[in-house]
Amino acid sequence: MSLDQQILQYLITGVTVGSIYALIGMGFNIIYNSTEIINFAQGEFVMLGGLFTVTGMRVLHLPLPFAALMAVMAVALIAILFDVVAIRPLKDASSITLIIITIGASIFLRGIASILWGKEPYPIPAFSGEDPIPFFGAVIQPQSLWVMGITFLIVLGLRQFFNRTIIGKAMLASAFQPKAARLVGIDTRSMTLISFGLSGFVGAAAGIVIAPISMAQYDIGIMIGLKGFCAAIIGGLGNFWGVVLGGVALGVLESLGAGLISSGYKDAIAFGILLIMLFFRPQGILGKGKGDRV
Amino acid sequence: MKRTSLTRTRYGGFAVFALFLLLLPLAVTNDYYLNVLIFIGIHSIIAMGLDLLMGYTGQISLGHAAFFGLGGYISGILSAKGGWTALAGLPLAILGVGLIAWVIGVPTLKLHGHYLAMATLGFGMIVFIFFNELVPLTGGPSGLTGIEGVSVLGFAFDSDLKYYYLVASALLLALLLSINIVRSRVGRALRAIHGSEVASSVLGVNVARFKVAIFVLSAVYAALAGWLYAHYITFLSPSSFGFLFSVKLVTMVVIGSLGSIWGGIFGAALLTSLPEFLFVFEKYETTVFGLILILVMIFMPKGLLRGIEDLVLRILGPRVKGEGSKG
Repeated sequence: MSLDQQILQYLITGVTVGSIYALIGMGFNIIYNSTEIINFAQGEFVMLGGLFTVTGMRVLHLPLPFAALMAVMAVALIAILFDVVAIRPLKDASSITLIIITIGASIFLRGIASILWGKEPYPIPAFSGEDPIPFFGAVIQPQSLWVMGITFLIVLGLRQFFNRTIIGKAMLASAFQPKAARLVGIDTRSMTLISFGLSGFVGAAAGIVIAPISMAQYDIGIMIGLKGFCAAIIGGLGNFWGVVLGGVALGVLESLGAGLISSGYKDAIAFGILLIMLFFRPQGILGKGKGDRV
Repeated sequence: MKRTSLTRTRYGGFAVFALFLLLLPLAVTNDYYLNVLIFIGIHSIIAMGLDLLMGYTGQISLGHAAFFGLGGYISGILSAKGGWTALAGLPLAILGVGLIAWVIGVPTLKLHGHYLAMATLGFGMIVFIFFNELVPLTGGPSGLTGIEGVSVLGFAFDSDLKYYYLVASALLLALLLSINIVRSRVGRALRAIHGSEVASSVLGVNVARFKVAIFVLSAVYAALAGWLYAHYITFLSPSSFGFLFSVKLVTMVVIGSLGSIWGGIFGAALLTSLPEFLFVFEKYETTVFGLILILVMIFMPKGLLRGIEDLVLRILGPRVKGEGSKG
């Protein structure tokens, strides 16, 4: 492979992984958009999505699409439960309290997963075979196309949902001005509930599409969740296309860095970018929000 | 008048605690338990520092394991690779970590809430990756061996009992400093910042400077603890300084009671000793931590100590409520 082809290959890998980051960042966005909470347990939804699919296929012997459907439903339900049990009782708590609660939930879910599924990684078969598709001297795994396609569809769907439907608009309203939203008759509690469910759904979907590439395992949540958050911050928290841009940018930078500089420091690149963004432009590249609030 | 009586009770508590630490080895003769006590002491120092930051000033850090690790690695590497004595490494560990904390603290503490949490978490992750990847210095994932023990002027702290007293002295020193800070103008400024940053800056508190200063101080506490840790077990591995340990530290502070110096010690003692005595606990350690965090935050957001106190006060009725609740 020539250097050009190698770089092309890194780009393909980067865009694939970046799509996943974007999808996870989207999960952060949904909850942030309706509650202004950053859910540290977001990565665990991703982990659970993959592992539930494994269970669906191996234990219940469901075909992949049904196992995946069951998994996203289950995770959405868990996310809703999380809201009802842990978030709703302290709606007006300080952000430090909410951070600690979602971190608690994150390591709790991780611990439960390690008990239920053990600590070994599980493979999930690729959705449509593993014959690589040649592409200008590089190759694309069919699964990469699935990842990009599903990400695109979900982002498009969410955008339509928030911009075009009454429920979506009501969710945005209840995040922006909860009191005013309640005054015009929006049930903000239900909106929060829906946002958690939706976020669990999106997170689980990310976990399922990436599992054939990176396996499903109990402890992938923290790292991949942080990368998703990083994508959301780069793009601007709350901004949907921004997250896609942020995710892909992060994935590509990481992939190039790992390939051309050092694979050991791959994750440090992502966190370095995260810090630089937080320090200098917390509202993100496309965001208009403010990271620095009173 | 009020101030002197307050002073007396604060130092009274300190004196009783010092006596307790002095006499504790009479009751705990088993080396294994001494070893647990040493770890409790080390964790207490970090938790106390973190509580100054979280409990008093209202800022969160999810990266304190990094400062703990940096303190240990700086002195440990000087000892293992450079042949320095532990004592010579101590000021470098403290200064080095203080400097790093200051450099990272200035831009980080401009952030609030979730952003601050994520930034400190990101910082912790980066340091953790460096511990793993800087193999020539740190030994990478397989660890750093050959760290010397502590000896001062020819006196070697070479038994668990001697080391216990070293850690106890360090803990008391840190405690004394914390008590004085909390009680001083600085302490009042920190609580004001916790209450409202805008209001305190209007009243002339230099919010940014205080926040950074307390962040640096809490990092230095962690560095001191890291130094004690490194020269006690004489071996360092990155896995001791990861994200989960940062969360464990936060759990200690939260359980103990945010905004109470003694709470940090209580939380450290509880979380460090539980896994040692409950073997069932070991396998489910992180799961239980997670559950504890959620339950404490929902039912006793002020921590176990305050929570129990409030409960007692509620049972005793309103008679004593006015006096006992402020600590």
